[in-house]
Amino acid sequence: MNLVQFFAAHWSEIMRSAFEHIRMVMIAMLLAAGTGIPLGIFATRWRSLRAPVLGISNMIQTIPSLALFGFLLPVPWLAERSSRLAIVALALYSLLPIVRNTYAGIMGVDPAVREVGRGMGMTGAQLLWRVEMPLAMSTILAGIRVATVIAVGVATIAAAIGAGGLGEFVFRGVAMVDNQFILAGAIPAAVLALTADFTLGLLQKRLQRHN
Amino acid sequence: MNNPDGSIAIQFSNVTYRTADGRPLLAHLNLQVLTGETLVLLGRSGSGKTTTLKLINNLLACQEGQVIVEGKSTNDWDPIRLRRHIGYAIQEVGLFPHMNVEKNVALVPQLEGWAAEKIHGRVEELLALVGLPPAEFRRRYPHQLSGGQRQRVGLARALAADPPILLMDEPFGALDPVTRADIQREFKALQQRMHKTVVFVTHDVREAMFLGNRIAVLEKGALQGVYSPTEFLQSKDPVVAEYANVLRSEMEFMQEVRKASR
Ligand SMILES: Nc1ncnc2c1ncn2[C@@H]1O[C@H](COP(=O)(O)OP(=O)(O)OP(=O)(O)O)[C@@H](O)[C@H]1O
Ligand SMILES: [Mg+2]
Repeated sequence: MNLVQFFAAHWSEIMRSAFEHIRMVMIAMLLAAGTGIPLGIFATRWRSLRAPVLGISNMIQTIPSLALFGFLLPVPWLAERSSRLAIVALALYSLLPIVRNTYAGIMGVDPAVREVGRGMGMTGAQLLWRVEMPLAMSTILAGIRVATVIAVGVATIAAAIGAGGLGEFVFRGVAMVDNQFILAGAIPAAVLALTADFTLGLLQKRLQRHN
Repeated sequence: MNNPDGSIAIQFSNVTYRTADGRPLLAHLNLQVLTGETLVLLGRSGSGKTTTLKLINNLLACQEGQVIVEGKSTNDWDPIRLRRHIGYAIQEVGLFPHMNVEKNVALVPQLEGWAAEKIHGRVEELLALVGLPPAEFRRRYPHQLSGGQRQRVGLARALAADPPILLMDEPFGALDPVTRADIQREFKALQQRMHKTVVFVTHDVREAMFLGNRIAVLEKGALQGVYSPTEFLQSKDPVVAEYANVLRSEMEFMQEVRKASR
């Protein structure tokens, strides 16, 4: 059986895993953006938060991904469902690029532009939402883009704790020493990563147009 | 000027402003800006003109003395209210790069919660006023404008909510001399109708003479004196005389050129 025939024979299973994979990554990214962007913003507002926020997200990323899954296993609510655990682990793992780019994007806004905003009588919140965030948006999106590509890859490891996704094929292939199984997981995962990278790249370019 | 009772819009009383490390950028500044007049702050680069301007809208706060705007110390004003009461136009970065012309001009009225139709009408009116046909320019972004057009938009934006006071920090700098003369002339005509209180920063003597009802000369963070254009030309003060000499020698040079060409 060649690879094409293998893909045809396992098509519905591959698609199901791919959707599991996408679902995991998307929820994790929403979670990561939902916490990472506010954390990045807080770090720009309160200097004392800068070091701990950036330090902790940096530290999380240095943990090997398999170990991070393992560390979370004893956490009560998370361990009830393996996909839940996987999503939280992925989100934690994606925090650093999002927090760092949010921080850098806002801090990178020309101080003179910020001062003009203040001079026109904007409140802190108006300055943030009307000036700083729009100008930082393409940098923030670049962080989300990096985080997404990494998460697509790391999500294959989630199969190790039974969370499903394309990793299942990879792990089965490794166990059976069968390259076709490995490729049935690896190729769709690569396609997903490239597609995410390309789409978010387009979005980023659109945002950059006027800056 | 239209100020029969000579009321004071802005007053600096014994203002000293220091940097974080204690170096004074402005020392013992006493200055009054009359309601409806155009006061030009003239001085060399680094003399403290921008610093003086930012003390008025509380972007900077002085450590000694006080700045009084319409009878109330800037410390007692709510800074947001104070700044929306004062139009602010500056050179170069002035416009927000991510907003088109319409959004830039509409900003303060929007912050003030005007109705959408009223804002729309106001933007059209202002763009026409500064010589930019709204239909052509409304949707353009700052990077799609020439330097002169950007400065016109900056002026329109500063005027948007019709503030009684305008602060202008070298708003016509970095323009070619012909465009600059045009926009200066238009601004002067505009001001003769508007009667706003204007504090105008420049280091260009000719601009100061042309636009100012009075000229305040700053030198190394201290006020050298305040002069009407006529007094300015006749002043014996060495710093002021130096400026006047620049003008005089330019004029003499022009006369020579004219003589030679006959
Ligand atoms: N935040 C700051 N910290 C320290 N020094 C400053 C600060 N801001 C300005 N200065 C210094 O204060 C002096 C006055 O600055 P200011 O910007 O008021 O000058 P200016 O008259 O507007 O000059 P220019 O014509 O070049 O714009 C300058 O010597 C400048 O280097
Ligand atoms: Mg200046």
